[in-house]
Amino acid sequence: MTAPAEAMAAHPTPTQNEKSDDSLLQIRGLKKRFSLSGDFLEQLRFKGGKLVRHQEYVHAINGVDLDIKRGEALCVVGESGCGKSTVARMVMGLITPSEGEVRYAGERIDNLSSRQLLPYRKRMQMIFQNPYASLNPRMTIQQTLEEPLRLHHPDWHREKIDAKVEDVMQSVGIDPDWGKRFGHEFSGGQRQRIAIARALAVDPEFIVADEPISALDVSIQAQVLNLLMEAQQERNLTYLFITHDLAVVEHFGTRVAVMYLGTVCEIATTSTLFAKPRHPYTQALLSAIPRLEDDRPQHIRLSGEVPTPVNLPSGCVFHGRCPHANARCKQEIPVLQTQDDGTRVACHAVEEGRL
Amino acid sequence: MALLEVTNLDVRFGLRQGEVRALRDVNFTLERGERLGIVGESGAGKSVAAFSLLNLIAKPGFIAGGSISFEGKTLNTMSERGLRKVRGNRISMIFQDPMMTLNPVLSIGEQMVECLKAHRRISSKEASAICLDKLRQVQIPSPETRLDQYPHELSGGMRQRVIIAIALLLDPDIIIADEPTTALDVTIQAEIMALLLELCEQHNVGLILITHDLGVVSQVTQRMLVMYAGRVIEQGPTREIINDPQHPYTQGLINALPQMATPGERLNQIRGSMPSLSNLPSGCAFHPRCNFINRADGKPRPACIEQVPGFVESGNCRVACHMVAEMLEDRRLKEETS
Repeated sequence: MTAPAEAMAAHPTPTQNEKSDDSLLQIRGLKKRFSLSGDFLEQLRFKGGKLVRHQEYVHAINGVDLDIKRGEALCVVGESGCGKSTVARMVMGLITPSEGEVRYAGERIDNLSSRQLLPYRKRMQMIFQNPYASLNPRMTIQQTLEEPLRLHHPDWHREKIDAKVEDVMQSVGIDPDWGKRFGHEFSGGQRQRIAIARALAVDPEFIVADEPISALDVSIQAQVLNLLMEAQQERNLTYLFITHDLAVVEHFGTRVAVMYLGTVCEIATTSTLFAKPRHPYTQALLSAIPRLEDDRPQHIRLSGEVPTPVNLPSGCVFHGRCPHANARCKQEIPVLQTQDDGTRVACHAVEEGRL
Repeated sequence: MALLEVTNLDVRFGLRQGEVRALRDVNFTLERGERLGIVGESGAGKSVAAFSLLNLIAKPGFIAGGSISFEGKTLNTMSERGLRKVRGNRISMIFQDPMMTLNPVLSIGEQMVECLKAHRRISSKEASAICLDKLRQVQIPSPETRLDQYPHELSGGMRQRVIIAIALLLDPDIIIADEPTTALDVTIQAEIMALLLELCEQHNVGLILITHDLGVVSQVTQRMLVMYAGRVIEQGPTREIINDPQHPYTQGLINALPQMATPGERLNQIRGSMPSLSNLPSGCAFHPRCNFINRADGKPRPACIEQVPGFVESGNCRVACHMVAEMLEDRRLKEETS
């Protein structure tokens, strides 16, 4: 991220945001808590003879700032439970943030009603992980692909919709004659192509893809990844790509944000991150990829497990597993700081030059 | 004689639509302490192969032919009683999903002791001591308290460690691990794999590792089988296959990995998808997806479409491919003439 963009982040005003035509989506101070305690009556407990209200939360996202530039593929990586999918869902407006804001092309979208959000939904689409669950089993492929068109273009007549459906099916490599079939008649890879076709049908400019290839076989993963890259080139798409697979990130991403326990610990361009990972967690994550070349895994062993997001650790969320943690890491929460090459890292050890 | 010897294994499923051949002509051996990988995509038959080794194929599946011999005893014709002495005791298994493997209503200690007592006459005290020792070996922190905990109280990585401890409980000769780390996160996966490898080497236990992850196979195993549509299509030393794959499918699988391509460039995809076992293409099952089916004259090789390829020896590897066979034959002829 550039310096002016950062200054703007501190004082977001509409005029400044309109000028920054280079970032399509901005996320500022995003937080999300999920209540574990049920409704009001369930929260009441007897404590020392008194009725008290007891509330517990899962702190899924704890202050995330991200900028997605036009035309890039920003990959968010992390292990399960780090909040990467929650970020994706908040960007799409599928869940509302507890705090913070999401701006799309300069306009705040996180507080809009679903009616107000409709024009944005046409511009931003989502592809989900499991193509077996994301296609309605009672709709034919033709119906599935027509639905977004009918919703977003109520003025279109039958022929125009049919032509568009045929066009979009061809562009993802699905035979338009298969339109009368149902989702279950297709293989996993074909289903994911249909899900991609549905996202592309309304000609969006921004696509959120949440683990779109994780449920697929290796040879099919390559096909779907190629398709996503072709679509990006042809339509000048911007991607927010959520994945846990670093090999895919290295291939696909323009920039990478590494998340751990609801916070971003490092953001860098893909080549920089893979050549020179700074954050100890990024280093461990990269060393854990099973490579074809090495005979022996030379990975950095992390002690312990990811802590529960119900009771977040004090200070740096990673300090319990970090080989470089000291007293400061246990108390003070590190913030993202820009390095010489533009990489932003949230780590006291990096800041102090210990790493 | 090898510790485990599988010859011409043939597994079928009797379905209403007719018999489906889930596995055919599978041949391999495993020496004591050796690590073998079985690789393939879903539906290739790798899990069926693992399950059939211990005769765990559920109806309507059955072993229609071939033999599985362990220390000279044929497992597939053995009585259920005899098999029980082998299962879990001499050959143990680790499954993909640790939550499905552990009994949710028994504490970790109870399930471990149960397993020990099923095979050995020992007192509860001795059994607990062995359990504690194994939990320490798999590096579970505070093992004493774990014995009284239930599976849901442990994280995924911890559960898989418990499963490994149970697999090692009776000091088996072979561990069959069916996608042991697929359900886990990257960093946990690396740790569990390193642990499994370490323990197998320490105790000289043979490992049959079933996975779809070529990276894992390449790091852990010494020899590997590549499966496609119920058949082994290439087998040999892992390093040789990874560095110089012969079969077009193996080549395609390796080249399709993102790490094999320049970032941002198109990946080398294999077109189409794996055929269903009930509707296999004629000849070589891979021929509709194969890039090497055409001869130099641009016409497809008839054998690929008509005839199921047999194995040819290529160096230390065995490959089932007409193209490779033709190439080797050409080379042999050239050498003879020169």
